[in-house]
Amino acid sequence: MATFHVELVSPEKLLFAGQAESATVPSVDGEMTVLAAHAPLMAVLKPGVVQIRDANQNIRRLFVRGGFADVNPAGLTVLAEYAIPVEEIDTAFVDSQIRDAEEDVRDAKTFEDKQAASEKVVQLRDLRAAASR
Amino acid sequence: MPSLKDLRNRIASVKATQKITKAMQMVAAAKLRRAQLAAEAARPFAQRIDRVLANLAQSIGPGDGAPPLIAGTGKDDTHLLIIATAERGLCGGFNSSIVRLAREHIQSLLSQGKTVKIITIGKKGYEALRRQYADYIIETVDLRDVKTLTFDVADRLGKKIIAAFEAGEFDVATLFYSEFRSVISQIPTAQQLIPAVLPERPDDAVADAVYSYEPNEEEILETLLPRNVSVQVFRALLENAASEQGARMSAMDNATRNAGEMIKKQTLIYNRSRQAMITKELIEIISGAEAI
Repeated sequence: MATFHVELVSPEKLLFAGQAESATVPSVDGEMTVLAAHAPLMAVLKPGVVQIRDANQNIRRLFVRGGFADVNPAGLTVLAEYAIPVEEIDTAFVDSQIRDAEEDVRDAKTFEDKQAASEKVVQLRDLRAAASR
Repeated sequence: MPSLKDLRNRIASVKATQKITKAMQMVAAAKLRRAQLAAEAARPFAQRIDRVLANLAQSIGPGDGAPPLIAGTGKDDTHLLIIATAERGLCGGFNSSIVRLAREHIQSLLSQGKTVKIITIGKKGYEALRRQYADYIIETVDLRDVKTLTFDVADRLGKKIIAAFEAGEFDVATLFYSEFRSVISQIPTAQQLIPAVLPERPDDAVADAVYSYEPNEEEILETLLPRNVSVQVFRALLENAASEQGARMSAMDNATRNAGEMIKKQTLIYNRSRQAMITKELIEIISGAEAI
């Protein structure tokens, strides 16, 4: 099968760059798989897992949050505010962080604090869900 | 004429100082390497987001429909200056050159009758500006507790800036930082954040592609533009971190060399006066013997 160039970058580093057969990204309107020679497209992503399948059928899974997918003739570029390979997620650590954040929600004095804390809980739960799938 | 003991003490103290500056130089060199790596790692993201923005802006055009983060508020009465400096001194002209550029900017804005608001990042910039412009400083950001500069730090700042923009607190935002060219050259830079200055669209096949958007262009721009502000802040902070270490490294290198020179000079004086003393004693002994 034909391959195309895939890149996944977060502000802190380039997480993946290479040839792939297909890549599945969690767009806001639903999951979407990009193959070689896909029409140019720009999509907003929701938090979720990007799956990249290379020519040897190896699958790489990376969790992204706050991202965009840019499909152009040069290939697919995923821009993510936060990205981490799924196998590197430390579930025990995330669980403890979720508990901390939930506590913050309960202890929050002001509305803003509460909102920020519950946003964090949601983000962490997304991350946790990605790891356990 | 200082006594021999004074000279000895002076040489010892310069030697001790030289050891300190040498150690600081080496620490700065190690930190510089790390800061440079971080700055390089952040580059692909900034480049991609630039390209995506250029593409999007092209298809939307500069018409009335453009969001205020690109088009501005239509005024330029209130300017927000975000001045990023270091938390620590002893890094040559690094802090003062950023502050000087900012000061020139403030003066020219004030003389045009504009309102100026200042956010300082880092202690040194605040200290330098507070005497003259204390009334204009609306916030100081402290990065002393931040060990490694992550995107979250920049994102929080970026969100704060955007919230202030949406509340109508300013019309134009400019970011001051030092761009890292090399160890001996850091260039203080002023970069306009809001309204965003869009990069030139590259003229290649990638740029000519007709895009489809999901969900739609406006919504993508709306989420992308605030993120771009955070990315720019992040980039500036990383550049600043690398520049600071570079500036400190060369400043400390100079200091070490100067200390070496001073030791040489002082040792020469010390040896001369020691010899003079011996000669004097000899003359005294000989002339004493002759007198008998």
